Amino acid sequence: MTVTAPPIMFDPPRRRRPEIVQEPIDASGIGDVQRELAFWEWLLNNQAFRRVLVLAVLLVTWEAYARWADSPLLFPTFSETARAFLQDLLNGTLLDRTLTSLRPLALGYAGGLVLAGILTTFAVLSRVGADVLSTLTSMFNPLPAIALLPLALMWFGLGTPSLVFVIIHSVLWAVALNTLTGFRSVPETLRLSGRNCGLRGVRYVAYVLVPAAFPAILTGLKIGWAFAWRTLVAAELVFGVSSRSGGLGWYVFEARAEMDTPKVFAGLFSVILIGLLVESVIFRAIEYRTVQRWGMQN
Amino acid sequence: MDLAVADEAGCGELGMDVVGDEIVQVRDVTLQYKTPQHLVTATYKVSCTVERGDRYVILGPSGCGKSTLLKAVGGFIRPVSGRIVVNGREVVAPGPDRMMVFQEFEQLMPWKTVRENIRFPMWATGKYRGRDAEERVEQAIAKVNLTKFADVYPHMLSGGMKMRVAIARAMALEPDVLLMDEPFAALDALTRRQMQDELLLLWEQLRFTMLFVTHSIEEAIIVGSRILILSPHPGRVRAELDSDLLRYADVDSSEFGALSKRIHGLLFEKVDSAGGAA
Repeated sequence: MTVTAPPIMFDPPRRRRPEIVQEPIDASGIGDVQRELAFWEWLLNNQAFRRVLVLAVLLVTWEAYARWADSPLLFPTFSETARAFLQDLLNGTLLDRTLTSLRPLALGYAGGLVLAGILTTFAVLSRVGADVLSTLTSMFNPLPAIALLPLALMWFGLGTPSLVFVIIHSVLWAVALNTLTGFRSVPETLRLSGRNCGLRGVRYVAYVLVPAAFPAILTGLKIGWAFAWRTLVAAELVFGVSSRSGGLGWYVFEARAEMDTPKVFAGLFSVILIGLLVESVIFRAIEYRTVQRWGMQN
Repeated sequence: MDLAVADEAGCGELGMDVVGDEIVQVRDVTLQYKTPQHLVTATYKVSCTVERGDRYVILGPSGCGKSTLLKAVGGFIRPVSGRIVVNGREVVAPGPDRMMVFQEFEQLMPWKTVRENIRFPMWATGKYRGRDAEERVEQAIAKVNLTKFADVYPHMLSGGMKMRVAIARAMALEPDVLLMDEPFAALDALTRRQMQDELLLLWEQLRFTMLFVTHSIEEAIIVGSRILILSPHPGRVRAELDSDLLRYADVDSSEFGALSKRIHGLLFEKVDSAGGAA
Protein backbone atom coordinates (compact mmCIF):
# COMPACT_ATOMS: atom_id res chain seq x y z
CA MET A 1 0.00 0.00 0.00
CA THR A 2 1.62 3.24 -1.11
CA VAL A 3 1.20 6.34 0.98
CA THR A 4 0.55 9.43 -1.06
CA ALA A 5 0.93 11.98 1.75
CA PRO A 6 4.20 13.95 1.46
CA PRO A 7 6.86 13.11 4.07
CA ILE A 8 6.99 15.50 7.00
CA MET A 9 10.05 17.76 6.82
CA PHE A 10 11.69 19.18 9.92
CA ASP A 11 13.14 22.53 9.20
CA PRO A 12 16.39 22.29 11.13
CA PRO A 13 17.24 18.58 10.88
CA ARG A 14 16.61 16.84 14.23
CA ARG A 15 19.66 16.23 16.37
CA ARG A 16 20.08 12.51 16.85
CA ARG A 17 20.02 11.50 20.52
CA PRO A 18 21.41 8.25 21.82
CA GLU A 19 18.90 5.59 22.91
CA ILE A 20 18.93 4.55 26.54
CA VAL A 21 18.42 1.04 27.83
CA GLN A 22 19.40 0.21 31.41
CA GLU A 23 18.50 -1.84 34.47
CA PRO A 24 16.16 0.10 36.86
CA ILE A 25 18.24 1.92 39.47
CA ASP A 26 18.51 0.61 43.01
CA ALA A 27 15.43 1.73 44.95
CA SER A 28 16.48 0.59 48.43
CA GLY A 29 17.21 4.21 49.39
CA ILE A 30 13.50 4.93 49.95
CA GLY A 31 13.25 2.19 52.60
CA ASP A 32 10.13 0.01 52.45
CA VAL A 33 8.14 0.58 49.30
CA GLN A 34 5.02 -0.15 51.30
CA ARG A 35 4.73 0.08 55.07
CA GLU A 36 1.93 0.07 57.59
CA LEU A 37 0.80 3.44 58.92
CA ALA A 38 1.84 4.26 62.47
CA PHE A 39 -0.91 4.11 65.10
CA TRP A 40 -1.30 7.90 65.24
CA GLU A 41 -1.46 8.25 61.49
CA TRP A 42 -4.11 5.55 61.41
CA LEU A 43 -6.10 7.16 64.21
CA LEU A 44 -6.11 10.58 62.57
CA ASN A 45 -7.26 9.03 59.31
CA ASN A 46 -10.22 7.52 61.12
CA GLN A 47 -13.27 9.67 60.59
CA ALA A 48 -15.17 8.35 63.60
CA PHE A 49 -12.25 9.21 65.85
CA ARG A 50 -12.01 12.75 64.50
CA ARG A 51 -15.73 13.24 65.04
CA VAL A 52 -15.52 12.02 68.62
CA LEU A 53 -12.67 14.46 69.10
CA VAL A 54 -14.82 17.37 67.88
CA LEU A 55 -17.64 16.20 70.15
CA ALA A 56 -15.35 16.03 73.17
CA VAL A 57 -14.10 19.57 72.58
CA LEU A 58 -17.71 20.80 72.30
CA LEU A 59 -18.73 19.07 75.53
CA VAL A 60 -15.79 20.46 77.47
CA THR A 61 -16.58 23.98 76.18
CA TRP A 62 -20.23 23.54 77.18
CA GLU A 63 -19.37 22.37 80.68
CA ALA A 64 -16.86 25.19 81.17
CA TYR A 65 -19.21 27.88 79.89
CA ALA A 66 -22.20 26.66 81.92
CA ARG A 67 -20.11 26.58 85.12
CA TRP A 68 -18.80 30.05 84.42
CA ALA A 69 -22.29 31.44 83.61
CA ASP A 70 -23.66 29.71 86.70
CA SER A 71 -27.32 29.97 85.71
CA PRO A 72 -28.77 26.47 86.01
CA LEU A 73 -32.28 27.60 85.10
CA LEU A 74 -31.25 28.97 81.68
CA PHE A 75 -28.21 26.96 80.85
CA PRO A 76 -27.53 23.78 82.85
CA THR A 77 -24.13 22.17 82.77
CA PHE A 78 -23.43 19.08 80.73
CA SER A 79 -23.17 16.94 83.82
CA GLU A 80 -26.61 18.03 85.05
CA THR A 81 -28.10 17.34 81.62
CA ALA A 82 -26.42 13.96 81.49
CA ARG A 83 -27.77 13.15 84.95
CA ALA A 84 -31.33 14.09 83.92
CA PHE A 85 -30.96 12.11 80.74
CA LEU A 86 -29.67 9.00 82.45
CA GLN A 87 -32.33 9.20 85.13
CA ASP A 88 -35.20 9.35 82.66
CA LEU A 89 -33.54 6.79 80.48
CA LEU A 90 -33.24 4.33 83.37
CA ASN A 91 -36.76 4.82 84.71
CA GLY A 92 -38.05 4.25 81.18
CA THR A 93 -39.69 7.62 80.62
CA LEU A 94 -37.49 8.58 77.67
CA LEU A 95 -37.78 5.17 76.07
CA ASP A 96 -41.53 5.29 76.43
CA ARG A 97 -41.71 8.78 74.93
CA THR A 98 -39.43 7.78 72.08
CA LEU A 99 -41.56 4.77 71.24
CA THR A 100 -44.68 6.93 71.37
CA SER A 101 -43.02 9.27 68.87
CA LEU A 102 -41.81 6.52 66.60
CA ARG A 103 -45.23 5.00 65.96
CA PRO A 104 -46.82 7.89 64.02
CA LEU A 105 -43.42 8.49 62.47
CA ALA A 106 -43.22 4.97 61.08
CA LEU A 107 -46.81 5.18 59.84
CA GLY A 108 -46.28 8.53 58.19
CA TYR A 109 -42.92 7.58 56.71
CA ALA A 110 -44.25 4.36 55.24
CA GLY A 111 -47.34 6.15 53.91
CA GLY A 112 -45.19 8.84 52.33
CA LEU A 113 -42.97 6.27 50.67
CA VAL A 114 -45.87 4.30 49.23
CA LEU A 115 -47.46 7.45 47.82
CA ALA A 116 -44.13 8.66 46.46
CA GLY A 117 -43.61 5.26 44.81
CA ILE A 118 -47.02 5.37 43.16
CA LEU A 119 -46.66 8.96 41.98
CA THR A 120 -43.15 8.56 40.58
CA THR A 121 -44.02 5.30 38.82
CA PHE A 122 -46.95 7.02 37.22
CA ALA A 123 -44.75 10.00 36.38
CA VAL A 124 -42.06 7.98 34.69
CA LEU A 125 -44.47 5.90 32.63
CA SER A 126 -46.66 8.68 31.27
CA ARG A 127 -46.27 12.31 30.39
CA VAL A 128 -49.47 13.29 32.20
CA GLY A 129 -48.08 11.65 35.31
CA ALA A 130 -44.82 13.57 34.96
CA ASP A 131 -46.70 16.85 34.59
CA VAL A 132 -48.91 16.10 37.58
CA LEU A 133 -45.97 15.16 39.77
CA SER A 134 -43.75 18.09 38.86
CA THR A 135 -46.59 20.53 39.41
CA LEU A 136 -47.45 18.98 42.76
CA THR A 137 -43.85 18.85 43.97
CA SER A 138 -43.12 22.41 43.00
CA MET A 139 -46.29 23.48 44.82
CA PHE A 140 -45.94 21.46 47.97
CA ASN A 141 -42.19 20.98 48.41
CA PRO A 142 -41.63 24.56 49.64
CA LEU A 143 -44.65 24.37 51.97
CA PRO A 144 -43.46 23.55 55.49
CA ALA A 145 -45.32 20.52 56.75
CA ILE A 146 -45.89 22.11 60.12
CA ALA A 147 -47.91 24.86 58.42
CA LEU A 148 -50.47 22.20 57.53
CA LEU A 149 -50.94 21.23 61.17
CA PRO A 150 -53.86 23.60 61.86
CA LEU A 151 -55.64 22.21 58.82
CA ALA A 152 -54.86 18.65 59.89
CA LEU A 153 -56.25 19.38 63.35
CA MET A 154 -59.49 20.59 61.80
CA TRP A 155 -59.76 17.57 59.52
CA PHE A 156 -58.56 14.79 61.79
CA GLY A 157 -58.74 16.25 65.30
CA LEU A 158 -56.12 15.88 68.02
CA GLY A 159 -54.20 12.64 67.76
CA THR A 160 -52.18 10.28 65.59
CA PRO A 161 -54.04 10.81 62.25
CA SER A 162 -53.14 14.52 62.24
CA LEU A 163 -49.49 13.73 62.93
CA VAL A 164 -49.40 11.04 60.26
CA PHE A 165 -50.89 13.50 57.80
CA VAL A 166 -48.24 16.15 58.31
CA ILE A 167 -45.46 13.54 58.31
CA ILE A 168 -46.69 12.11 55.02
CA HIS A 169 -46.63 15.60 53.62
CA SER A 170 -43.07 16.18 54.78
CA VAL A 171 -41.76 12.85 53.43
CA LEU A 172 -43.70 12.54 50.20
CA TRP A 173 -42.39 15.48 48.19
CA ALA A 174 -38.77 15.15 49.20
CA VAL A 175 -38.69 11.47 48.29
CA ALA A 176 -40.72 11.92 45.11
CA LEU A 177 -38.53 14.74 43.89
CA ASN A 178 -35.29 12.88 44.47
CA THR A 179 -36.63 9.64 43.04
CA LEU A 180 -37.82 11.33 39.88
CA THR A 181 -34.47 13.09 39.47
CA GLY A 182 -32.80 9.72 39.96
CA PHE A 183 -35.04 8.03 37.39
CA ARG A 184 -34.28 10.74 34.87
CA SER A 185 -30.53 10.37 35.25
CA VAL A 186 -30.49 6.62 34.61
CA PRO A 187 -28.11 6.09 31.67
CA GLU A 188 -29.82 5.62 28.33
CA THR A 189 -28.03 2.34 27.57
CA LEU A 190 -29.20 0.84 30.86
CA ARG A 191 -32.78 1.75 29.99
CA LEU A 192 -32.42 0.30 26.53
CA SER A 193 -30.89 -2.92 27.77
CA GLY A 194 -33.73 -3.23 30.28
CA ARG A 195 -36.29 -2.78 27.53
CA ASN A 196 -34.31 -5.20 25.39
CA CYS A 197 -35.25 -7.91 27.87
CA GLY A 198 -38.90 -7.08 27.23
CA LEU A 199 -39.42 -5.24 30.51
CA ARG A 200 -42.26 -2.73 30.53
CA GLY A 201 -44.39 -0.78 32.91
CA VAL A 202 -44.15 -1.53 36.60
CA ARG A 203 -41.63 -4.34 36.06
CA TYR A 204 -39.37 -1.96 34.16
CA VAL A 205 -39.58 0.58 36.97
CA ALA A 206 -39.03 -2.00 39.71
CA TYR A 207 -36.18 -3.97 38.15
CA VAL A 208 -34.32 -1.32 36.19
CA LEU A 209 -35.13 2.22 37.27
CA VAL A 210 -35.39 1.79 41.02
CA PRO A 211 -32.04 0.02 41.53
CA ALA A 212 -30.33 2.21 38.94
CA ALA A 213 -31.59 5.34 40.64
CA PHE A 214 -30.98 4.01 44.14
CA PRO A 215 -28.29 6.54 45.13
CA ALA A 216 -30.73 9.38 44.46
CA ILE A 217 -33.58 7.51 46.10
CA LEU A 218 -31.47 6.94 49.19
CA THR A 219 -30.71 10.65 49.38
CA GLY A 220 -34.45 11.28 49.15
CA LEU A 221 -35.09 8.78 51.94
CA LYS A 222 -32.55 10.52 54.17
CA ILE A 223 -33.93 13.98 53.50
CA GLY A 224 -37.46 12.65 53.97
CA TRP A 225 -36.47 11.10 57.28
CA ALA A 226 -34.91 14.33 58.54
CA PHE A 227 -37.99 16.33 57.50
CA ALA A 228 -40.33 13.81 59.10
CA TRP A 229 -38.47 13.74 62.40
CA ARG A 230 -38.32 17.54 62.64
CA THR A 231 -41.97 17.88 61.72
CA LEU A 232 -43.01 15.30 64.27
CA VAL A 233 -41.09 16.85 67.15
CA ALA A 234 -42.43 20.27 66.22
CA ALA A 235 -46.00 19.01 65.98
CA GLU A 236 -45.72 17.27 69.34
CA LEU A 237 -44.68 20.51 70.94
CA VAL A 238 -48.16 21.70 70.07
CA PHE A 239 -50.30 18.90 71.42
CA GLY A 240 -48.44 15.67 72.12
CA VAL A 241 -49.62 12.57 70.35
CA SER A 242 -53.01 12.25 71.92
CA SER A 243 -54.43 14.45 74.62
CA ARG A 244 -53.10 12.38 77.48
CA SER A 245 -49.64 11.16 76.42
CA GLY A 246 -46.98 12.45 74.08
CA GLY A 247 -43.64 11.72 72.50
CA LEU A 248 -40.30 13.40 72.78
CA GLY A 249 -41.55 16.80 71.67
CA TRP A 250 -44.18 16.68 74.33
CA TYR A 251 -41.55 15.63 76.87
CA VAL A 252 -39.56 18.79 76.09
CA PHE A 253 -42.68 20.90 76.28
CA GLU A 254 -43.71 19.44 79.67
CA ALA A 255 -40.22 19.93 81.09
CA ARG A 256 -40.32 23.57 80.06
CA ALA A 257 -43.67 24.00 81.78
CA GLU A 258 -42.12 22.58 84.94
CA MET A 259 -39.07 24.85 84.49
CA ASP A 260 -36.92 21.71 84.60
CA THR A 261 -34.23 22.96 82.20
CA PRO A 262 -31.88 19.94 82.43
CA LYS A 263 -34.81 17.81 81.31
CA VAL A 264 -35.43 20.15 78.36
CA PHE A 265 -31.82 19.66 77.40
CA ALA A 266 -32.08 15.90 77.94
CA GLY A 267 -35.15 15.84 75.67
CA LEU A 268 -33.36 17.77 72.93
CA PHE A 269 -30.36 15.52 73.38
CA SER A 270 -32.58 12.48 72.78
CA VAL A 271 -34.03 14.08 69.65
CA ILE A 272 -30.51 14.59 68.30
CA LEU A 273 -29.45 11.11 69.36
CA ILE A 274 -32.30 9.40 67.53
CA GLY A 275 -31.57 11.48 64.45
CA LEU A 276 -27.90 10.52 64.55
CA LEU A 277 -28.67 6.88 65.20
CA VAL A 278 -30.99 6.56 62.23
CA GLU A 279 -28.63 8.47 59.98
CA SER A 280 -25.36 6.83 60.95
CA VAL A 281 -26.53 3.33 61.80
CA ILE A 282 -29.56 2.50 59.68
CA PHE A 283 -28.90 4.60 56.59
CA ARG A 284 -25.19 3.96 56.80
CA ALA A 285 -25.81 0.21 56.80
CA ILE A 286 -28.14 0.48 53.83
CA GLU A 287 -25.60 2.60 52.00
CA TYR A 288 -22.81 0.16 52.70
CA ARG A 289 -24.78 -2.85 51.51
CA THR A 290 -26.09 -1.18 48.37
CA VAL A 291 -24.63 1.81 46.60
CA GLN A 292 -21.15 1.37 48.03
CA ARG A 293 -20.95 -2.30 47.24
CA TRP A 294 -22.21 -1.62 43.74
CA GLY A 295 -19.62 1.08 43.19
CA MET A 296 -22.28 3.71 42.59
CA GLN A 297 -20.89 5.95 45.31
CA ASN A 298 -17.48 6.27 46.89
CA MET B 1 -22.30 7.21 -9.60
CA ASP B 2 -22.29 4.17 -11.82
CA LEU B 3 -20.56 2.17 -9.20
CA ALA B 4 -23.20 3.03 -6.61
CA VAL B 5 -25.99 1.98 -8.93
CA ALA B 6 -24.33 -1.31 -9.66
CA ASP B 7 -23.75 -2.12 -6.03
CA GLU B 8 -27.22 -1.25 -4.92
CA ALA B 9 -28.73 -3.31 -7.69
CA GLY B 10 -26.51 -6.19 -6.63
CA CYS B 11 -27.76 -5.95 -3.07
CA GLY B 12 -31.37 -6.04 -4.19
CA GLU B 13 -30.84 -9.03 -6.41
CA LEU B 14 -29.14 -11.02 -3.72
CA GLY B 15 -31.95 -10.27 -1.30
CA MET B 16 -34.46 -11.74 -3.68
CA ASP B 17 -32.53 -14.80 -4.78
CA VAL B 18 -31.85 -16.36 -1.41
CA VAL B 19 -34.92 -16.84 0.70
CA GLY B 20 -34.60 -19.58 3.29
CA ASP B 21 -31.63 -18.23 5.19
CA GLU B 22 -32.61 -14.60 5.42
CA ILE B 23 -32.78 -13.74 9.06
CA VAL B 24 -33.00 -9.95 8.93
CA GLN B 25 -34.73 -8.16 6.09
CA VAL B 26 -34.61 -4.39 5.98
CA ARG B 27 -36.82 -3.02 3.22
CA ASP B 28 -36.79 0.65 2.18
CA VAL B 29 -36.46 1.78 5.75
CA THR B 30 -36.62 5.50 6.42
CA LEU B 31 -35.90 6.55 9.96
CA GLN B 32 -36.46 9.89 11.59
CA TYR B 33 -36.01 11.12 15.12
CA LYS B 34 -36.71 14.38 16.84
CA THR B 35 -34.23 16.51 18.70
CA PRO B 36 -35.64 19.48 20.65
CA GLN B 37 -35.02 21.71 17.62
CA HIS B 38 -35.09 19.49 14.56
CA LEU B 39 -36.63 16.53 12.88
CA VAL B 40 -33.63 14.55 11.67
CA THR B 41 -33.80 11.99 8.91
CA ALA B 42 -31.28 9.37 9.90
CA THR B 43 -31.65 6.90 7.05
CA TYR B 44 -33.51 7.08 3.77
CA LYS B 45 -34.88 4.00 2.00
CA VAL B 46 -32.21 1.64 3.24
CA SER B 47 -32.55 -1.98 2.24
CA CYS B 48 -30.36 -4.91 3.13
CA THR B 49 -30.56 -8.55 3.96
CA VAL B 50 -28.67 -10.42 6.64
CA GLU B 51 -28.38 -14.16 6.29
CA ARG B 52 -28.01 -16.73 9.03
CA GLY B 53 -24.43 -16.87 10.24
CA ASP B 54 -23.50 -13.52 8.68
CA ARG B 55 -21.11 -11.19 10.40
CA TYR B 56 -22.85 -8.24 8.85
CA VAL B 57 -21.12 -4.92 9.39
CA ILE B 58 -22.76 -1.56 8.92
CA LEU B 59 -20.02 0.96 8.20
CA GLY B 60 -20.24 4.65 7.72
CA PRO B 61 -19.10 8.05 8.91
CA SER B 62 -20.89 9.69 11.80
CA GLY B 63 -24.26 11.00 10.74
CA CYS B 64 -25.01 8.13 8.39
CA GLY B 65 -27.64 6.72 10.74
CA LYS B 66 -25.92 3.39 11.30
CA SER B 67 -26.64 3.29 15.03
CA THR B 68 -30.18 4.46 14.43
CA LEU B 69 -30.65 1.68 11.90
CA LEU B 70 -29.38 -0.85 14.43
CA LYS B 71 -31.73 0.51 17.09
CA ALA B 72 -34.59 0.18 14.61
CA VAL B 73 -33.73 -3.49 14.09
CA GLY B 74 -33.65 -3.72 17.89
CA GLY B 75 -37.20 -2.34 17.93
CA PHE B 76 -36.37 0.82 19.87
CA ILE B 77 -37.32 3.10 16.96
CA ARG B 78 -40.18 2.55 14.51
CA PRO B 79 -39.46 3.25 10.84
CA VAL B 80 -41.35 6.15 9.27
CA SER B 81 -41.70 4.01 6.18
CA GLY B 82 -40.49 0.61 5.08
CA ARG B 83 -40.33 -2.52 7.18
CA ILE B 84 -37.93 -4.62 9.14
CA VAL B 85 -38.52 -8.35 9.43
CA VAL B 86 -36.49 -10.57 11.76
CA ASN B 87 -36.93 -14.30 11.43
CA GLY B 88 -40.24 -13.90 9.69
CA ARG B 89 -41.75 -11.50 12.22
CA GLU B 90 -42.05 -7.78 11.67
CA VAL B 91 -40.18 -5.78 14.30
CA VAL B 92 -42.55 -3.71 16.41
CA ALA B 93 -40.91 -3.60 19.85
CA PRO B 94 -37.66 -4.56 21.59
CA GLY B 95 -37.39 -8.24 22.34
CA PRO B 96 -34.95 -10.89 23.52
CA ASP B 97 -34.75 -12.40 20.02
CA ARG B 98 -32.60 -9.37 19.14
CA MET B 99 -30.16 -8.87 21.99
CA MET B 100 -28.18 -5.68 21.78
CA VAL B 101 -24.65 -4.93 22.97
CA PHE B 102 -23.92 -1.25 23.40
CA GLN B 103 -20.75 0.75 23.37
CA GLU B 104 -21.15 2.18 26.85
CA PHE B 105 -20.11 0.23 29.92
CA GLU B 106 -23.23 1.42 31.75
CA GLN B 107 -25.26 -1.21 29.96
CA LEU B 108 -24.43 -3.65 32.76
CA MET B 109 -26.47 -3.41 35.92
CA PRO B 110 -24.09 -2.15 38.59
CA TRP B 111 -26.19 -3.71 41.37
CA LYS B 112 -25.77 -7.21 40.02
CA THR B 113 -22.70 -9.41 39.92
CA VAL B 114 -21.41 -10.74 36.61
CA ARG B 115 -23.38 -13.94 37.10
CA GLU B 116 -26.56 -12.10 38.06
CA ASN B 117 -26.19 -9.76 35.11
CA ILE B 118 -26.04 -12.67 32.72
CA ARG B 119 -28.90 -14.45 34.44
CA PHE B 120 -31.16 -11.41 34.51
CA PRO B 121 -32.42 -11.44 30.88
CA MET B 122 -33.21 -15.16 31.17
CA TRP B 123 -35.25 -14.50 34.26
CA ALA B 124 -36.90 -11.34 32.91
CA THR B 125 -37.94 -12.94 29.65
CA GLY B 126 -38.67 -16.34 31.13
CA LYS B 127 -36.87 -17.90 28.18
CA TYR B 128 -34.76 -20.22 30.29
CA ARG B 129 -35.50 -21.30 33.84
CA GLY B 130 -34.07 -23.26 36.75
CA ARG B 131 -31.23 -25.73 36.08
CA ASP B 132 -31.22 -24.96 32.40
CA ALA B 133 -30.73 -21.25 33.04
CA GLU B 134 -27.98 -21.90 35.61
CA GLU B 135 -26.06 -24.09 33.19
CA ARG B 136 -26.39 -21.59 30.39
CA VAL B 137 -25.13 -18.81 32.64
CA GLU B 138 -22.08 -20.84 33.65
CA GLN B 139 -21.36 -21.79 30.06
CA ALA B 140 -21.60 -18.21 28.93
CA ILE B 141 -19.25 -17.07 31.70
CA ALA B 142 -16.77 -19.78 30.77
CA LYS B 143 -16.96 -18.89 27.08
CA VAL B 144 -15.78 -15.35 27.75
CA ASN B 145 -13.16 -16.51 30.31
CA LEU B 146 -14.69 -14.76 33.31
CA THR B 147 -15.18 -17.77 35.59
CA LYS B 148 -12.91 -16.23 38.20
CA PHE B 149 -14.92 -13.02 38.19
CA ALA B 150 -18.41 -14.51 38.24
CA ASP B 151 -19.28 -13.05 41.64
CA VAL B 152 -17.73 -9.66 41.15
CA TYR B 153 -19.67 -6.45 40.66
CA PRO B 154 -19.17 -4.68 37.31
CA HIS B 155 -17.43 -1.63 38.79
CA MET B 156 -14.48 -3.83 39.70
CA LEU B 157 -13.97 -5.03 36.13
CA SER B 158 -11.85 -3.50 33.40
CA GLY B 159 -13.48 -2.12 30.26
CA GLY B 160 -12.71 -5.21 28.21
CA MET B 161 -14.15 -7.48 30.88
CA LYS B 162 -17.32 -5.43 31.08
CA MET B 163 -17.68 -5.74 27.35
CA ARG B 164 -17.21 -9.50 27.59
CA VAL B 165 -19.96 -9.67 30.20
CA ALA B 166 -22.27 -7.71 27.92
CA ILE B 167 -21.50 -10.03 25.03
CA ALA B 168 -21.94 -13.12 27.19
CA ARG B 169 -25.23 -11.78 28.51
CA ALA B 170 -26.55 -11.20 25.02
CA MET B 171 -25.31 -14.49 23.61
CA ALA B 172 -26.47 -16.63 26.49
CA LEU B 173 -30.00 -15.88 25.42
CA GLU B 174 -29.30 -17.29 21.94
CA PRO B 175 -30.94 -14.46 20.05
CA ASP B 176 -31.85 -14.75 16.37
CA VAL B 177 -29.43 -11.95 15.75
CA LEU B 178 -26.86 -10.25 17.95
CA LEU B 179 -26.91 -6.48 17.53
CA MET B 180 -23.63 -4.75 18.33
CA ASP B 181 -23.48 -0.97 18.40
CA GLU B 182 -19.78 -0.03 18.14
CA PRO B 183 -19.11 -2.41 21.01
CA PHE B 184 -15.36 -1.91 21.12
CA ALA B 185 -15.20 1.80 20.44
CA ALA B 186 -14.72 2.74 24.08
CA LEU B 187 -11.84 0.30 24.61
CA ASP B 188 -8.15 1.03 24.29
CA ALA B 189 -6.52 -0.08 21.05
CA LEU B 190 -4.84 -3.20 22.45
CA THR B 191 -7.95 -4.43 24.23
CA ARG B 192 -10.00 -3.73 21.13
CA ARG B 193 -7.74 -5.99 19.06
CA GLN B 194 -8.04 -8.73 21.63
CA MET B 195 -11.82 -8.41 21.80
CA GLN B 196 -12.10 -8.60 18.02
CA ASP B 197 -10.15 -11.84 18.09
CA GLU B 198 -12.25 -13.23 20.92
CA LEU B 199 -15.46 -12.31 19.14
CA LEU B 200 -14.32 -14.06 15.97
CA LEU B 201 -13.27 -17.09 17.98
CA LEU B 202 -16.72 -17.23 19.57
CA TRP B 203 -18.26 -16.93 16.16
CA GLU B 204 -16.15 -19.86 14.92
CA GLN B 205 -17.60 -21.98 17.71
CA LEU B 206 -21.21 -20.86 17.69
CA ARG B 207 -21.88 -19.42 14.22
CA PHE B 208 -24.38 -16.91 15.47
CA THR B 209 -25.70 -14.10 13.29
CA MET B 210 -24.54 -10.64 14.13
CA LEU B 211 -25.17 -7.15 12.96
CA PHE B 212 -22.19 -5.02 13.85
CA VAL B 213 -21.98 -1.25 13.62
CA THR B 214 -18.60 0.43 13.40
CA HIS B 215 -16.93 3.50 11.98
CA SER B 216 -13.54 1.84 11.61
CA ILE B 217 -12.73 0.47 8.15
CA GLU B 218 -10.14 -1.88 9.61
CA GLU B 219 -12.55 -3.26 12.18
CA ALA B 220 -15.22 -3.69 9.51
CA ILE B 221 -12.90 -5.78 7.35
CA ILE B 222 -11.56 -7.87 10.24
CA VAL B 223 -14.86 -8.55 11.95
CA GLY B 224 -17.23 -8.60 9.00
CA SER B 225 -18.10 -11.21 6.45
CA ARG B 226 -20.17 -8.65 4.60
CA ILE B 227 -19.99 -4.89 4.82
CA LEU B 228 -22.81 -2.46 4.19
CA ILE B 229 -21.51 1.02 3.50
CA LEU B 230 -23.81 3.95 4.15
CA SER B 231 -23.36 7.48 2.92
CA PRO B 232 -24.22 10.26 5.35
CA HIS B 233 -26.96 12.90 5.71
CA PRO B 234 -29.21 11.03 5.45
CA GLY B 235 -27.89 7.48 5.51
CA ARG B 236 -28.36 5.74 2.18
CA VAL B 237 -26.89 2.51 0.89
CA ARG B 238 -23.61 3.17 -0.90
CA ALA B 239 -22.33 -0.36 -1.32
CA GLU B 240 -22.41 -3.85 0.07
CA LEU B 241 -19.13 -5.74 -0.10
CA ASP B 242 -17.77 -9.16 0.78
CA SER B 243 -14.87 -9.42 3.22
CA ASP B 244 -15.31 -12.96 4.47
CA LEU B 245 -11.77 -14.20 4.18
CA LEU B 246 -9.80 -11.28 5.58
CA ARG B 247 -8.69 -11.38 9.19
CA TYR B 248 -6.31 -9.43 11.37
CA ALA B 249 -3.45 -11.60 10.16
CA ASP B 250 -4.06 -10.22 6.66
CA VAL B 251 -3.80 -6.56 7.65
CA ASP B 252 -0.57 -6.20 5.71
CA SER B 253 -1.74 -8.17 2.68
CA SER B 254 -2.39 -6.41 -0.59
CA GLU B 255 -5.97 -7.69 -0.65
CA PHE B 256 -6.68 -6.09 2.70
CA GLY B 257 -5.09 -2.86 1.53
CA ALA B 258 -7.03 -2.88 -1.70
CA LEU B 259 -10.35 -3.47 0.02
CA SER B 260 -9.55 -0.88 2.62
CA LYS B 261 -8.71 1.61 -0.09
CA ARG B 262 -11.85 0.75 -2.02
CA ILE B 263 -14.02 1.30 1.06
CA HIS B 264 -12.18 4.51 1.80
CA GLY B 265 -12.99 5.68 -1.69
CA LEU B 266 -16.65 4.72 -1.37
CA LEU B 267 -16.93 6.58 1.90
CA PHE B 268 -15.11 9.77 1.04
CA GLU B 269 -15.26 10.24 -2.72
CA LYS B 270 -17.66 12.99 -3.58
CA VAL B 271 -20.70 11.64 -5.35
CA ASP B 272 -23.15 14.43 -6.07
CA SER B 273 -25.33 13.49 -3.15
CA ALA B 274 -28.16 15.84 -4.09
CA GLY B 275 -29.54 13.31 -6.55
CA GLY B 276 -29.11 10.58 -3.98
CA ALA B 277 -32.12 8.49 -4.95
CA ALA B 278 -30.00 6.51 -7.39
